[in-house]
Amino acid sequence: MSSEKPLVEEGTGVTTTGHVWDDDIREWNKPLPKWWLYSFYVCILIAMVMWYLYPSWPTLNGYTKGSLGYSQRATVAGEIAAARRGQDAFRKQLESAPLEQVKSNPELLRFAMASGAASFQTNCAPCHGRGAQGAIGYPNLNDDDWLWGGTIADIEQTLLYGIRSDHKDTRVSQMPKFGTDKILKPDEIDAAANYVASLSKLPSDADKAKKGAAIYAEQCAACHGPEGRGNTELGAPNLTDGIWLYGSSPEQIRQSIETGRGGMMPAWSGRLDKTTIKSLAVYVHSLGGGR
Amino acid sequence: MPTSLPKHHVERNTTSDMLAFVAGILFAGYGLFVAFTSHDEAMAFHGFLLGAASLAAIGAVLTVGFGRPDSAPPTDYMDGPIKVATIAAMVWGIAGFTVGLIIACQLAFPVLNLDMPWTSFGRLRPLHTSAVIFAFGGNVLLATSFYVVQRTSHARLAGRWSPWFVVWGYQLFIAIAGTGYVLGITQGKEYAEPEWYADLWLTIVWVTYLLVFLGTLAKRREPHIYVANWFFLAFIVTVAMLHLVNNAAIPVSIVSPKSYILYSGVQDAMTQWWYGHNAVGFFLTAGFLGIMYYFIPKRVERPVYSYRLSIVHFWTLIFLYIWAGPHHLHYTALPDWAQTLGMTFSIMLWMPSWGGMINGLMTLSGAWDKLRTDPVVRFLVVSVAFYGMSTFEGPLMSIKAVNSLSHYTDWTIGHVHSGALGWVAMVSFGAIYCLVPWLWKREGLYSMRLVEWHFWISTIGILLYITAMWVSGITQGLMWRAYDKLGFLQYSFIETVEAMKPYYVIRAAGGALFLIGALIMAYNIWRTVRGDAITDLADQPRVAASPALRVSPAE
Repeated sequence: MSSEKPLVEEGTGVTTTGHVWDDDIREWNKPLPKWWLYSFYVCILIAMVMWYLYPSWPTLNGYTKGSLGYSQRATVAGEIAAARRGQDAFRKQLESAPLEQVKSNPELLRFAMASGAASFQTNCAPCHGRGAQGAIGYPNLNDDDWLWGGTIADIEQTLLYGIRSDHKDTRVSQMPKFGTDKILKPDEIDAAANYVASLSKLPSDADKAKKGAAIYAEQCAACHGPEGRGNTELGAPNLTDGIWLYGSSPEQIRQSIETGRGGMMPAWSGRLDKTTIKSLAVYVHSLGGGR
Repeated sequence: MPTSLPKHHVERNTTSDMLAFVAGILFAGYGLFVAFTSHDEAMAFHGFLLGAASLAAIGAVLTVGFGRPDSAPPTDYMDGPIKVATIAAMVWGIAGFTVGLIIACQLAFPVLNLDMPWTSFGRLRPLHTSAVIFAFGGNVLLATSFYVVQRTSHARLAGRWSPWFVVWGYQLFIAIAGTGYVLGITQGKEYAEPEWYADLWLTIVWVTYLLVFLGTLAKRREPHIYVANWFFLAFIVTVAMLHLVNNAAIPVSIVSPKSYILYSGVQDAMTQWWYGHNAVGFFLTAGFLGIMYYFIPKRVERPVYSYRLSIVHFWTLIFLYIWAGPHHLHYTALPDWAQTLGMTFSIMLWMPSWGGMINGLMTLSGAWDKLRTDPVVRFLVVSVAFYGMSTFEGPLMSIKAVNSLSHYTDWTIGHVHSGALGWVAMVSFGAIYCLVPWLWKREGLYSMRLVEWHFWISTIGILLYITAMWVSGITQGLMWRAYDKLGFLQYSFIETVEAMKPYYVIRAAGGALFLIGALIMAYNIWRTVRGDAITDLADQPRVAASPALRVSPAE
């Protein structure tokens, strides 16, 4: 049965269409709800107003530009320019001020710290951590142990040119691979490792350490210094301060000697502008360990 | 009982059997050729899958076809493929929800990536989206569209093997696509990740689906085509068009999984989001509106609210949806004019979308009590409410000023899930709860109490999910755009990630509830299919029973 006499709704008098599907599916012949229809018209009207105001319809040789002359690119360029203008005075000051003087100018310092902190979180935190606390292989920047020097100028140089980076002025040095390159025998490495551990008052085998002292004097002292206090000119770490970039377990120390170490930090000149790098130097210097 | 058929019918059957046999040989040949010649192990595996499936199909044709009498008279409805698609929907649904829960947990606890490529978020995420949209949603659409088009056309499905090919061929597509993601095969287009050979296979399946659907409509014994079928047909035709255009690619070779898409740059992005948005519009909206238009009036036994509204909202929805894709590319390299058009067409789409909601909800006029007494009706009606909410939220988010806050945040994820869990999955659950007793000729569902449990557990799950994502998304958006007085970013990216963590945990909890609900459903369905004694028959409405077993309505 696919057609029937239309049913009539009680009260309203609305009828069904008279079509029936699958025994009992029918449809009321009701008008469109007024609120629905008028809302639809309003939406169409809004769309037409938008078409009038903004770039919208493509034409044969371009598109309708709209009465507001809106352009997404121009808007962004304008917003960036406005943001730059707001920072201009400080940026100029920071650019010309010698690094050492930034800290004595409270206003400029506040700007440099805000800029440095924002830039640090974006660019540096992935390796050095959000609190600059570092990780295995990535130095902690809060302590006063500096591989390449902790004055504000040292820090700026490290930032600008990086460490073992692809920049021609990069800071570079190489800890030899005493084991891999067969400079020392395994038992000599073990002895040297025990001596190095003893420098930081870590548990060590006294006999091996004694033998290791001689090897240290011959192989290591040139960079790390006769007393193991390191040398920031060469990026050679201080071995007496109990701070271990690659870990302090006997196995980790042995491995440092055996395969050598040499972390890499990118050069930021060319990626960040000079004032941002300056701000970063000020920020990192202020973290607690700056000299 | 097997019946003796007129001679011309036997001949026609034999021709169908021959065609099916030859197609099987061709597919088996190509599959095995790829299996033995491809240098790519994953593609060789897929060739093997195609070969094995084709040989199984040949076996079926040889056992059942070629002169043996039909097991059912040709005037009966063909329900076998519908049963397969219904069970497949449950199986893939649970698989898809499970993978969704896993990746939700991975976002909160990254260690769950397990450091293996096969279990990493990047591979499991498309597995989840494709499993729920295409495997779960697709099978629900196959089952319901085949069921509805037969009943409302008063005609058996067109084709002898074709409906079976559509259903099983679609499962093969899912298997190829899903294993491909895990093994690392993807063309990197969202919701269109399968590579060229899987796309071609789906094209063959889909064109057959279209022909079966059209063929059934053509032989209908009703003067008018019911509104549900307009929506199903719009869904099938448009998805075919979207699939073909967006996946136009040139393979490196016929035995390599790699291909290159024809478009590049912003044209590729625009084509992709024209596809992506209309996958939502025509797969997840038009198709499921077809479900709504049959199952709600059928279940509540009331006429559809307004025939006129169904016509107007159908044509406006179809016409406007297809232009709204550019709103996925606001503030990108897409030209300004295309962005404005995408936004305005989305705004105009609001009321056409709501037309479906009005027709669904108002069909309950005079029967609102069923919302209280029949949890299956509650699934169907709450799904329509979620549909209304997400189709309001969508146009809102397409407005550029709103989008500048919401874009790339979890708000988008929340929006998608209020549509996917609230609308698509809830209406599917309602339809499956209707279908299973009707198909397996039972007097009702095994337990209506379990449907109640499923309803409340999954509803709470959805609410937890979407509220968590709203809060998380808006927090994220506001943190990204926060500047200090001196003009520097207030938060680093990692801080915004850290702020998301509690919401990610809540979201995972919501997803877990949703999955538990689906497991309860699967148990209930399994007991119903097995034919176990119904625990609460007295509480079930008469329409819960299969049509032939229904008691007459009380006058």
